[in-house]
Amino acid sequence: MKYAYYPGCTLKSYADNLESSVLAVAEKLGIQMEELPHWTCCGTVFSQADDDLVHQIAPLRILLDAQKVGAKKLLVVCSMCYNTLKQASLLFEKKPDKLETLNLFLDDEDDYLGEVEVVHFLQVLRDEVGIEEIAKQVVRPLTGLNVAPYYGCLLLRPQEVAFDEPERPTVIEEILVALGAEAIMDPLKVECCGSYQTVNNKEIIADRTRTIINSARSRGAEMIALDCPLCDFNLDFRQKESEKKYTDFFTMPILYYTQLMALAMGINGDIYGFDKHYVDPRPLLKEYELI
Amino acid sequence: MRIILKGSKVKSKLTEKVEKISGQNIFACYQCGKCSAGCPMIDSMDYMPNQAMKLLQMGAAEEIINSKTMWMCASCHTCSVRCPRDIDLSAVMEALRLIYLRTNVNKVEPSQIPEEELKDLPQIALVCNFRKMTR
Repeated sequence: MKYAYYPGCTLKSYADNLESSVLAVAEKLGIQMEELPHWTCCGTVFSQADDDLVHQIAPLRILLDAQKVGAKKLLVVCSMCYNTLKQASLLFEKKPDKLETLNLFLDDEDDYLGEVEVVHFLQVLRDEVGIEEIAKQVVRPLTGLNVAPYYGCLLLRPQEVAFDEPERPTVIEEILVALGAEAIMDPLKVECCGSYQTVNNKEIIADRTRTIINSARSRGAEMIALDCPLCDFNLDFRQKESEKKYTDFFTMPILYYTQLMALAMGINGDIYGFDKHYVDPRPLLKEYELI
Repeated sequence: MRIILKGSKVKSKLTEKVEKISGQNIFACYQCGKCSAGCPMIDSMDYMPNQAMKLLQMGAAEEIINSKTMWMCASCHTCSVRCPRDIDLSAVMEALRLIYLRTNVNKVEPSQIPEEELKDLPQIALVCNFRKMTR
């Protein structure tokens, strides 16, 4: 399995532990990920305005770069990049007139032909590798660890980008079960964490985070596993604000699902970056003898 | 809330503009309230999403353009996925934000964000916020 890979800005900085764990897991599972030679920002959000073509240039450039390296599929890990690139690719497929205007505007030697399929890492794990194959690679099962999956908003919404049921997804649960963990069903797993409001309304995020964590805890979760770097920032780092605002709030470790996969697959090395988390997950992982 | 309705007001330019930018039919909404029921940001809004739709249907341009609703929207698409009338409400919110921002004013001033905040925030949050809140 060989894919052209688009990392995006945050996987090279804030969420470098997401990237390093993804790459380690991919290597173990035989997924070859070749980073695009030149890549730029995707814009982080898809422009939903019909008359705002200029903001489609950023995703178009990336799709064209993927086309230039001969990729049929472009693998994305960050859910915000996935959402932006996927929605843009669908727009270009459905609206050839807009694509033509954009190709003219871009003034590149090559035109983007609208044929690159954007896929998310979770999709590759489930559909190409297979959950059974993941289970086979487990050497250190996460037995007894109670984990609530969290999907957030942009991975599975709107409907057009969803590779799982938008209201009741199960892909992260399936992976967690394969790793030997207890997957806790939490109805708030598809609730938004407040997203970009974290920049100028962090007290709202403090509330969202508290609600989501308390809901998971009330169902027996000891940690949350997620895939989006922005959800991670809001659910992990904004716990600092939740603690300030609510004296009865207890913190909970937040991990990327790929960090748990790497742990269960017995991958050693400097890929975890546990010291980067606001809530240190190490005491809990030690309790279960996982580190 | 007291809004005086006039024929000229109902056929508001604003509603027309919102429809054009968002590509949505505002008048398809039949006020079931499902958007508001699922909105994670509703506690911080002055008009609930379904009320915002009603105001648009009534052409109450001033009320809606000065409201907090579209700025508190987190573009999570929950309303859009659940709307039984297939209205992409998050695109409507985007259109309302753009109508405001296109008057050449910012809702968030990047230079006003405290340095200690900037140090922590991942760029994904900043780029996303500026895309939604600045011209």
